[in-house]
Amino acid sequence: MRAAAVADAAAPNAAVAAQNAAVAAPLLDVQGLDVVFRTARGTVAASRGVSLALGAGETLGLVGESGSGKSVLCRAVLRLLPSPPAQVNATRLAFDGIDLLALPEARMRALRGTSIAMVFQNPMTALSPLWPVGDQVTEGLRVHRGLGRAQAREVGIELLRRTGIPDPAKRYADLPWQWSGGMLQRAVIAMATACGPRLLLADEPTTALDVTIQAQILALLAELQHETGMALVLVSHDIGVVAQTCDRIAVMYAGQVVETGPTAAVFGAPRHPYTQGLMRSTPRVDRVEGRLAAIPGQPPDLAQPPAGCAFAPRCAVASDACRATAPVLRPVAAGHASACLFPERLG
Amino acid sequence: MWLLRFVAVRLLQAVPVLLGVTLIVFLAIHLVPGDPVQMMLQGRATEATLAAYREKLGLDRPLAMQYLRFVVDAVQGDLGTSILQRVPVARVIGERLGVSLALLGFAALLSVVLAVPLAVLAAARRQRLADHLIRLGGTVAFAMPSFWIGLLLILFFGLQLRWFPISGAGSGFADRLHHLFLPALTIALFLAPLLIQSLRAAMLEVLTAEYVEVARAKGLGEGRVLLKYVLRGALVPVVTILAVNIGWLVSGSVIVESVFSVAGLGMLLVHAVSTRDYPVIQGLTVVFAVLVLAVNLLADLAYALIDRRARVA
Repeated sequence: MRAAAVADAAAPNAAVAAQNAAVAAPLLDVQGLDVVFRTARGTVAASRGVSLALGAGETLGLVGESGSGKSVLCRAVLRLLPSPPAQVNATRLAFDGIDLLALPEARMRALRGTSIAMVFQNPMTALSPLWPVGDQVTEGLRVHRGLGRAQAREVGIELLRRTGIPDPAKRYADLPWQWSGGMLQRAVIAMATACGPRLLLADEPTTALDVTIQAQILALLAELQHETGMALVLVSHDIGVVAQTCDRIAVMYAGQVVETGPTAAVFGAPRHPYTQGLMRSTPRVDRVEGRLAAIPGQPPDLAQPPAGCAFAPRCAVASDACRATAPVLRPVAAGHASACLFPERLG
Repeated sequence: MWLLRFVAVRLLQAVPVLLGVTLIVFLAIHLVPGDPVQMMLQGRATEATLAAYREKLGLDRPLAMQYLRFVVDAVQGDLGTSILQRVPVARVIGERLGVSLALLGFAALLSVVLAVPLAVLAAARRQRLADHLIRLGGTVAFAMPSFWIGLLLILFFGLQLRWFPISGAGSGFADRLHHLFLPALTIALFLAPLLIQSLRAAMLEVLTAEYVEVARAKGLGEGRVLLKYVLRGALVPVVTILAVNIGWLVSGSVIVESVFSVAGLGMLLVHAVSTRDYPVIQGLTVVFAVLVLAVNLLADLAYALIDRRARVA
């Protein structure tokens, strides 16, 4: 079963190639990304042959359940996964033409926070409780751009104002516990965008926040993206969140991309039973549909991924072929690909 | 100004503690079987002499009055008179206090200087060779009794290499440091392993905090991440362990003092106990209580410097 993933990685399939062609000179180019964690209870394959491409200024939504490999993908791009236990391999992992896997650590560090930045899930734990918020927001500017304390403060106040912090000059020296979760996430976004990154990885940026704040944070991200032209990977398990923000969608399941394409195509005409299941289990306010349909069963144990399609055990239309053959992403329409052996079975 | 208010509040909080300590110390001498005056005069006095002594010492007055007298005297620095040496207890203690404080301060400094870099190294290289060596060395140093380490240091650095004097406390700042280096190192070799273990464990815990990953995602170097984010977040338990041990060592350093013939408070206490010099024991107990409170105040101040949340007194 590991062999299948490796073979998959070694030969990037036609769908991804087509997708890459559609995105001219991708800013982020991931092909055949394998991430395994060597733990005491065995080897866990957190990412299995993931391929993605993202153009400059584009927004990609990454959806899937917890543990489907979304966060691991972001961390692999920034090379933040500790090794051991993590082991990262890919046919290609490139940012703006730079091979990230071959990059020396010092040059990788120079990219982190400047060209590629990340927003984390829980703003309450994303800042050290011992340092003033403002200092942490501007630390990247001081380290990467050589700004002095006073200069950094000036820029930092402007950054905080841009992210919607009221009276930022007064709040600059506050400690994180003096701020609310929504304000802290604004600060974390200010911190991530301080050096003007070309790619922002937002890992569930709204999950830890109140619903009313969620919309504000998404609007802020969209606004910053519009202003700066940065590309955005928006990770979420919430279909509603990505549907309203993203140009393209990649649906992840058990460490693999199972469906990818333009937002309208993926959510309008899903070609993978998992995507369909996700959509049916998402409540909608504009329609009264009775009971929500949960997807039965549990995702597979990634220490022992199944031989065939990882979703087969939970799939209503799976056949013996699904349990025997691991499907790869194949084009189902222009720019739209699905890793389902029988996408035509889906109505 | 948070500092002034912080210290003022802590000092006020120390007052009832000190009153409690003095009350216990005061009552202790009255709980000792037999008449304290008879004991002082060792049973060789006439009834008239005993009465005269009682009056002279104020022991004929009600207990509450006596306690008040004791507290008022103590506040004024009068801790009574040593039975054995016939000199004021305050002076006997005062002569030794400086040496003990210097020894403890030096030992605390040495153990922090030893422990912090080693703990940071161990945490950064966890489960690798450096970590294993540091932990093994710590266990060995901690397992060896102080008198044994002291004797080894005397043999090697004192007698063999002749780098340091092997006894006495020296006079003048540089000479005192020179004399106290080996005894302070002996204490530090017992303290540092404790500090290393707790600091390493605390750092490993902080290393799993999300803000450490955020710091790395900002493109900070590992050294900056470790020192600015991890070490500072892990210092509080270390301060606690240091404070508890220094508080204990105020009286517990007697073995080290004996090995190196340093005339500190620990040796004075042992001497006073073995000769039943009650006023000295009383005085020392009060002084120890004050020192322990002072160490705790310093620890609280350290917390407040590390974490501003602790500044709310």
